[in-house]
Amino acid sequence: MSEVTMALPRLDDVNRFFWQSGQDGKLRFQRCESCATWRHPPTVRCPRCGADSLAPTAVEGAGTVISYTINHQAWLPGMVVPYTIILVEFDDAPGVRLTSNFTDPAVEAHIGQKVRVEFQQREDVWLPRFAPIEEHAA
Amino acid sequence: MIEPGEKQAVISGIGQSKIGRRLGRDGLSLSADAISAALDNAGLSPKDIDGLASWPGYMAEAPGFSPVTIGDVKEAFGFELNWYNAGPEASQLSQLINAAMAVATGQARHVVCFRTMIEATAMVSGERSSVITRGDARVGGLFQWQVPFGSVSASNWIGVIAQRYMYEFGKTRADLAPIALNARANGELNPKAVYRTPLTFDDYMAARLISTPLCLYDCDVPIDGATALIVSHRDVARDLKAKPIRIEAISGPLIGRDSWDQQPDPTRFINEAAAARMWSRTDLKPEDVDIAELYDGFSFLTVLWLEALGFCGRGEGMDFIAGGARIARDGELPLNTNGGQLSAGRTHGLGLVYEAVEQLRGVSGVRQVAGDPAVAVVANGGGNIASAMLLVRD
Repeated sequence: MSEVTMALPRLDDVNRFFWQSGQDGKLRFQRCESCATWRHPPTVRCPRCGADSLAPTAVEGAGTVISYTINHQAWLPGMVVPYTIILVEFDDAPGVRLTSNFTDPAVEAHIGQKVRVEFQQREDVWLPRFAPIEEHAA
Repeated sequence: MIEPGEKQAVISGIGQSKIGRRLGRDGLSLSADAISAALDNAGLSPKDIDGLASWPGYMAEAPGFSPVTIGDVKEAFGFELNWYNAGPEASQLSQLINAAMAVATGQARHVVCFRTMIEATAMVSGERSSVITRGDARVGGLFQWQVPFGSVSASNWIGVIAQRYMYEFGKTRADLAPIALNARANGELNPKAVYRTPLTFDDYMAARLISTPLCLYDCDVPIDGATALIVSHRDVARDLKAKPIRIEAISGPLIGRDSWDQQPDPTRFINEAAAARMWSRTDLKPEDVDIAELYDGFSFLTVLWLEALGFCGRGEGMDFIAGGARIARDGELPLNTNGGQLSAGRTHGLGLVYEAVEQLRGVSGVRQVAGDPAVAVVANGGGNIASAMLLVRD
């Protein structure tokens, strides 16, 4: 994928913590301090219990690829194809997912693959991408 | 129980402009062609019209996707409007839901509904409305969770879902082929269809991949064209020129997450709620349906609609379509009888309603479904935006 043509998120008071979380190498999602529910994308109140106590909470950053697609279509001028888009669920934040990519575009995706977050900074945004974890590691 | 208000509404007239690839015409003149045809079909004149509705309304940010305003049409026809409505934060059939509510509550008697696209012409100038990003501009809303990672087209969002579905239910992209092949077989008989040349299973399997597991033939085709429908109160439609088609039930809910990738079950979407809500507003059952016009912006969504509407069980959609006989024009559930959006073109929702009305009136010519069909289901969207409608000819 041609990195330069992919638009970055527009930061605001609700989403800024997420997109800049990688500054210290940690991935964070909102979690309700009242009922312990994880919430993504971020919002301003817990839709489950009604409390206004959603707090950015760090997670381990390890998870599983639950699906993927290989994009073959050059949607924009200069876009290098094919490239892989993955959908990741997290070991310690049930109920949230991220659409993302592998840090290394050469990695071949499969469902069930274990991954860990890595951040790539562009301007004032730290994009969470993922690297495979060796599946038979100790 | 309060009678669902849409039962007071009928579709009294239908019209469509020329549909084609790169007609090089402006959206307003195509809209005017469709609306004039619908007025003529119903036997109404512009002075009879007192309501106007569209979806999603004018969208400057998406070239060709919705180029015409309510005001443009009002001025062109000199309509005197007691009620009007258009806006993007709603489901595809919302204009019909709103129009039905407007006639049921007495806000209007005859409402023109229209949907116009000039996406094919917009693409000539290098603009593609379906791709969410413009140069260096930043993205907000739902798209911020997709676009930075190159997930810029609905084919990417749906590709991920289709891949997961096939993994869970042990299917491959060959199992999806019958949707596209059926659409083409019907498109061959539709003089207005964009694609009319035969398509074989081998052609399908050899097709260019767009976003796995979806190939070129799983994605609908951008067109230029407009569709118009007139929604009238049943009491003022009795003496009109064409057979009125009754809105038996209609639904456009937002139940579940407003998201492509956060649904509790990653392969189940708002279309299940749309179908359930629709069935809750009628005594009719899936087995009463004679024809199905189910959104095929992507073929995979049609499979999800077959399941959501109860024509088969969860995970059984690809078995249901296997071999194609069941969904063929002479099958037990004729599907997308005009060629769908895959072969007839992305008229985006109202084109499927137009086809359902023609089939129920028995005026579809060589592609007319036999057996005098009287009940049609139409579905639109399928991800975080979905609506469903049941039409009946009494």
